[in-house]
Amino acid sequence: MTNKTTKRLSGIAASPGIAIAKAFRLRQDHYVPADGAIADPVAEAERFREAAAVAKAELEAIRAMTERKIGAAKAEIFEAHLLLLEDPDLIDAILEKIGQESMNAEYALHETAQGFIDLLLSMDNELLRARAADVRDVSGRLMSRLRGVSYAAVSAISEPCVLVAEDLTPSDTAQLNPDYVLGFVTEIGSRTSHSAIMARSLEIPAIVGAGTEAADIETGTMIIMDAEQGSVIVEPSDEELTAYQARKVEYDRRKDELRKLMDQPTVSQDGHRVELAANIGSVEDLQKVLANGAEGIGLFRTEFLYMGRAALPSEEEQFHVYKHVLERMEGKPVVIRTLDIGGDKELPYMKLPAESNPFLGLRAIRLCLDRQELFRTQLRALLRASVHGQLKIMFPMIAVAAELREAKRLLREEKEKLLREGVPVSESIEVGIMVEVPAAALAADMLAKEADFFSIGTNDLIQYTMAADRMNENVAYLYQPCHPSILRLIRMVIQAAAKEGKWVGMCGEMAGDQTAIPVLLGMGLHEFSMSASSILPARALIKRLSQRDWAAHTEQILSMDSQESIHAFVNQQTRSDFA
Amino acid sequence: MIAQTFTVLNPSGFHARPTKVFVQAAGGFPCKISVQKGGKKVNGKSSLSMLTLGIQQNEEVTLEADGDQEEQAVQTLGELLTKIFEE
Repeated sequence: MTNKTTKRLSGIAASPGIAIAKAFRLRQDHYVPADGAIADPVAEAERFREAAAVAKAELEAIRAMTERKIGAAKAEIFEAHLLLLEDPDLIDAILEKIGQESMNAEYALHETAQGFIDLLLSMDNELLRARAADVRDVSGRLMSRLRGVSYAAVSAISEPCVLVAEDLTPSDTAQLNPDYVLGFVTEIGSRTSHSAIMARSLEIPAIVGAGTEAADIETGTMIIMDAEQGSVIVEPSDEELTAYQARKVEYDRRKDELRKLMDQPTVSQDGHRVELAANIGSVEDLQKVLANGAEGIGLFRTEFLYMGRAALPSEEEQFHVYKHVLERMEGKPVVIRTLDIGGDKELPYMKLPAESNPFLGLRAIRLCLDRQELFRTQLRALLRASVHGQLKIMFPMIAVAAELREAKRLLREEKEKLLREGVPVSESIEVGIMVEVPAAALAADMLAKEADFFSIGTNDLIQYTMAADRMNENVAYLYQPCHPSILRLIRMVIQAAAKEGKWVGMCGEMAGDQTAIPVLLGMGLHEFSMSASSILPARALIKRLSQRDWAAHTEQILSMDSQESIHAFVNQQTRSDFA
Repeated sequence: MIAQTFTVLNPSGFHARPTKVFVQAAGGFPCKISVQKGGKKVNGKSSLSMLTLGIQQNEEVTLEADGDQEEQAVQTLGELLTKIFEE
């Protein structure tokens, strides 16, 4: 077909998926009322109160519907909207303009709401700027009630379509019927705007921030939205249409397969059980962890507590954060790594002396053992939180056993102090180390006698083993997780731990790498900790692998002389396994 | 009147959800509630005004209550200011 003029737009992929349908263009008017005086301010105030009461009833209905359809958490936004309708600083200001200045209700609403919208939009925080949309939504609804026109036509959509709009308000998004609205594209917005968050809960694809060109898309135009890539194809060719239909079928099949694995244990095809955990860097990552079927947290980086602030965090503050994470994980294991600062991560308020080689300098456990007060504060907070879940404490950058002994001594002292003070501490806290210094990997047999577990930090282990700075592009080729030198170190660690009956995890990027997983499974790794979004694909892969077969391949793999040949072997082997 | 200073601990600051919960709780008290950050003081029963304070994690705010049940208000609302929410 040559008579079609295919157009391509790109935006931010805010909710994944593929949708193919005709566009439905939502036209939003920006009504600006005229400033006119009214004769009877009392009646005008009454008219405003009535409009507010109707708007409130509508919002209450939307709130109830959202709670039923999507869940209580997503309905909360409408509680916030209802609160705006009762907000004294908004409502009283409007009534004052009507009562004292005889301003008409529409203009009083417009003036007051716009003042707050401008104020919010001027704030230097994206989350707060996004709240302007809430004020616009509520005041738009009130305005429609005052004028006696209908608000939001979204609920009227009754044919399958891709919704195209300048922006969607929270109440627009809540009223979308996912049976008909297969996805949406907006001209403005970001990944954190409410419509984006709602799209992810409704599990419909969304592309936001597609730019003003999206304004030209008319109702009835065929479009493909690929919210994997963030691209919109307007009037695609027949070939493209066929290709995307096939991709969509494959995408939906894969999604169904992964969803079924959510609450399942991770068991290989021959019945070998491993644990898939998540790495987190802040409390805000928890939601994703729970939504992706993690069996625990394999690495909680505590640096965020210390960074971007003026002074050290107090014991109390840390305790609250650790307790919160342990409670949210409901008894699943949570490995919390003590402070790993120094190297490329600096804390200005600690005034650490500049080092010529920070990655080889006073960082992580070395720094903590040097500044014991700082370390003791964190240990006390961890110990106090330990009774709220299954806590495991991990020390980073251990090179020699003496460091582990000293860290354990401080931990023991703080525990005894707490118990004397009558503060409860769990009796079953495992204490392990991160294996990321080659010296620790080579002496793993000795360390295994004193640590309860190992977690291999591959990012640093590779950097230190290859003597290649990860951030230096000129030596980036040396970052090779599957190089035989690295794999041999990993196997040494796993075998040494097995002799002492200890478990081994991995918390570097390598643990979620689909090419590395079969090899690691074969070598007997117990726990794989990765970013939350990699968990379900990893579980799907492991279910199809035979641990026994991959264990039998280990010797052959370790005798290969390059990462390329190992990758080629793994790819060829998995292909024939799954054929 | 009583006033007390708190440090906000919620990682993403005091935004939509914390503000909502705070204002709902504040609305339940008969006394006047105000919250001050830096030189700016706003009505603690108005979510819009609370949002415009732009309170971030680790910032200090002063909570004031004036009137009936002021002591209980400071206790209840102070706990919310230091609570960790998830958004």
